[in-house]
Amino acid sequence: MHEWALAESVVLAAVEAAQKEKLKTITQITVQIGELQQIEKEIFLFALQELAKFQKPPIKNNAFLLKTEKSSLSCKTCGKSWKYSDMKKKFNETESESIHFIPEVVFVHARCPYCGSPDFEINKGRGVVLSSIKGVR
Amino acid sequence: MTMEPRTSVIEKRLKNIKRIIAVASGKGGVGKSLVASSLALHLAHKGHRVGLLDLDLYGPSSHIILGVANVSPTEKQGIIPPIIHGISFMSIVYFTEEKPSPFRGVDISNIILELLAITQWGTLDFLIIDMPPGIGDETLDVIRYMKTSEFLVVTTPSKVAMGAVGKLLKILIEMNKPLLGVIENMTMKDSLYIQEEVGKLRVRYLGNIRFDDNLEDAIGKTDCLIKTQAMKNLATILQKINL
Repeated sequence: MHEWALAESVVLAAVEAAQKEKLKTITQITVQIGELQQIEKEIFLFALQELAKFQKPPIKNNAFLLKTEKSSLSCKTCGKSWKYSDMKKKFNETESESIHFIPEVVFVHARCPYCGSPDFEINKGRGVVLSSIKGVR
Repeated sequence: MTMEPRTSVIEKRLKNIKRIIAVASGKGGVGKSLVASSLALHLAHKGHRVGLLDLDLYGPSSHIILGVANVSPTEKQGIIPPIIHGISFMSIVYFTEEKPSPFRGVDISNIILELLAITQWGTLDFLIIDMPPGIGDETLDVIRYMKTSEFLVVTTPSKVAMGAVGKLLKILIEMNKPLLGVIENMTMKDSLYIQEEVGKLRVRYLGNIRFDDNLEDAIGKTDCLIKTQAMKNLATILQKINL
């Protein structure tokens, strides 16, 4: 239930933003989930909905809209790009679990599939990002 | 608009920690990890609830000093660090398996944010942070996200080390961070050099840990480590700051 901790951060951040904007009710929270973090969407949504019950301003039922962001990684040595899903089959369960907790450890457990360089970067699809909040003033 | 949600939860994760002490230095190889691990052990032996966070992401070594092996965090509404020798111990090493860690600056900040957002420390009297050398991302992120942190700075008697340590002290002073003082580590001959340099910056010189020939043999064996002369020197120093 590491998803719970991330859900908690999303709900707190949304409430903070809503208070700043003086919203009376939060009607929609759009969350972008990066492919690398391999979030269990059902658990994450359950945690978001549970945590949403106790907030001020109140968060409407079914306010959460979850969108998956496909990953894009690129090599700083050879310049080629690829997706995490293209390389996932090469990770064992422990490595995959570690990337789930800390997406940056992909740099530890993987190399560029084209030239073998450890010097690559995550351009898209890292982790959980709050992309928008809608509400009523 | 996109928002980074993890920063919002950090305060909540740290709210039941009475004191956060970052063991830092401007220079590598001066014994920060040894001081941080020994400080954590010392406080745990005194009956305090203690956490140790190894933030040296390129070269974590607290687990080697404490002889930590074959353990991993538990997953429960985040991750709960395992308790080793009475210390709740968190390190990147649980996720990197001793492989090399080629991280760039932006990755370092992301890892720190993630660790701070998902680690459930519970109630602690002290959280000790083993910092990497210098005044880069890790130091700035600790200052930014762990606002109550106090700094315990380590140097060796070397002019080279003190040159870099002086810069760290100056930035900590400029940023109004609480400074517990400076520990001189690995002293081989008596000299007032470090004491005078630290004094010029109006920072408290706490004392020295003499070079201990037997220390290397105690690495990984905490029962031996607590009996070393170095640990006894450290305990005397810590008394001065009521630790």
